[in-house]
Amino acid sequence: MEIDPFIFRLSIFILSIFVGYYVVWSVTPSLHTPLMSVTNAISSVIIVGAIIASLAGSSLSVFNQSSIFGFLAIILAAINIFGGFLVTQRMLAMYKKKKKDKK
Amino acid sequence: MISANLLAIFYLISGILFILALRGLSSPETSRQGNLFGIIGMAIAITVTFLSIDNFSSGFLYVILFLLVGGSIGAFIAFKIPMTAMPELVAGFHSLVGLAAVFVAISAFISPEVFNLGTSGNIKLASLIEMSIGAAVGAITFSGSIIAFLKLRGIMSGSPITFPGQHILNLLILISIIVLTYFLCLNQSPNFFWSLIAISFLVGFLLIIPIGGADMPVVISMLNSYSGWAAAGIGFTLENTALIITGALVGSSGAILSYIMCKGMNRSFFNVILGGFGGTDQTSGKTNKEQKPVKSGNADDAAFLMKNASSVIIVPGYGMAVAQAQHALREMVDSLKKNGVKVSYAIHPVAGRMPGHMNVLLAEANVPYDEVFELEEINNDFANCDVAYVIGANDVTNPVAKTDPQSPIYGMPVLDVEKSKSVLFVKRSLSPGYAGIDNDLFYRDNTLMLFADAKKMTEDIIKNL
Repeated sequence: MEIDPFIFRLSIFILSIFVGYYVVWSVTPSLHTPLMSVTNAISSVIIVGAIIASLAGSSLSVFNQSSIFGFLAIILAAINIFGGFLVTQRMLAMYKKKKKDKK
Repeated sequence: MISANLLAIFYLISGILFILALRGLSSPETSRQGNLFGIIGMAIAITVTFLSIDNFSSGFLYVILFLLVGGSIGAFIAFKIPMTAMPELVAGFHSLVGLAAVFVAISAFISPEVFNLGTSGNIKLASLIEMSIGAAVGAITFSGSIIAFLKLRGIMSGSPITFPGQHILNLLILISIIVLTYFLCLNQSPNFFWSLIAISFLVGFLLIIPIGGADMPVVISMLNSYSGWAAAGIGFTLENTALIITGALVGSSGAILSYIMCKGMNRSFFNVILGGFGGTDQTSGKTNKEQKPVKSGNADDAAFLMKNASSVIIVPGYGMAVAQAQHALREMVDSLKKNGVKVSYAIHPVAGRMPGHMNVLLAEANVPYDEVFELEEINNDFANCDVAYVIGANDVTNPVAKTDPQSPIYGMPVLDVEKSKSVLFVKRSLSPGYAGIDNDLFYRDNTLMLFADAKKMTEDIIKNL
């Protein structure tokens, strides 16, 4: 008897939820805003689906009904990836410790 | 062209890098490295996707073009956005993830053969269910985030919009989403698919309009979670490990944040979601407001009190963000420190409009993060502190949460500011906060009200120090 590959994906999914659970609880509350912006950026990995979708057209007609949705999704996801990571970087750069020389 | 197995391994690697990205956020020192891991993970995922495509038609050029167009827009926003606008930025970004999920699902529905999901009209059942979930949750995330964005931006009023039968309507719509998915699976008719998406847009809109402005921390976290589940749904459709892992991470992250926020208000998740809390109901506070005496002071009094104090605790709230007072505040603290005053900051979990909102603003103003404390860490210190400087916070300091079981905020964890020797309360008027209730603190003997804009008052205090 063979196991449906779906079950493997489901296992990855459920184990990842557990990983997420423990990892996120260890995030310090002062970094909750960067946490949201970075999760936002990484969820835009949906762009891989968008790229595949955008190449649905043939070489004769690049734009067909389904590739147009792919291209639109690429723009949206790219805004998020660049925007999300850069804004997180900008925020994290601001978190500084007390300087030693200053009391 | 790389093999499917190798491709899957690379997606797994980028999934692991995303886990490390979140892991890095456990302390500010490791966080920047974490963000780098996230960027590398994303770069790997995108690169191997390119490599997996065998026919590099002219469409490929457009992929790069649109990637750059979106990337420049994103980069531009990231550099231009003021830190005070972070809540609406995050809400806006959530809406984009949601819409991208919808678009990918639509594309997969129209041309399933591109994704190896069968042929149009004859899509594998499991894929069909997965893409319906991805599309529906994505659409809810999109329209919900748009409403959250409009409310946070102030374009739409932050007060809850309620009407009779609202919850029943929402319930009916949610049931109809399930029914539509069922029929879609039966005959794969595009009409069912389009109606499913349309009705999901509607439900996102209806779910968020009854939720008041101050409950936005929960809403943003919840939409964060939804965007993750939408990504996971699409991940199952595309059989992509990176997306499944990421979706699960983001989904649980948002869910935990919503939980923390709800706990910070002592309200159940459903209570927040059903909405209608606060905003308009101010009756309880209005009745006896006029009779009670209030001590009010000016910047000179406040400066005198703080200069002669040995320790001061600052309690910032949303009002500080609105007034953009964080820089002035830090300057004030610097002068106080020169006078030998010990200063720390106390942050309530739901201060501001999103989780961690106050921390980011203080960090922007160069406040070292080891002077900033969470509620549990600092609450006992108020008893030994000379002055509590409440700037733009209100309900999170209200002692009735501890004393009056009738109060709508009863049981909510609050900062014990009334225990400090004197309280300086910067506020424009005596109006109640979002919970619509009067703050008992205003009328205490040890409270001095400073009626002014938070930034203006803080600047005036600096002049008097």
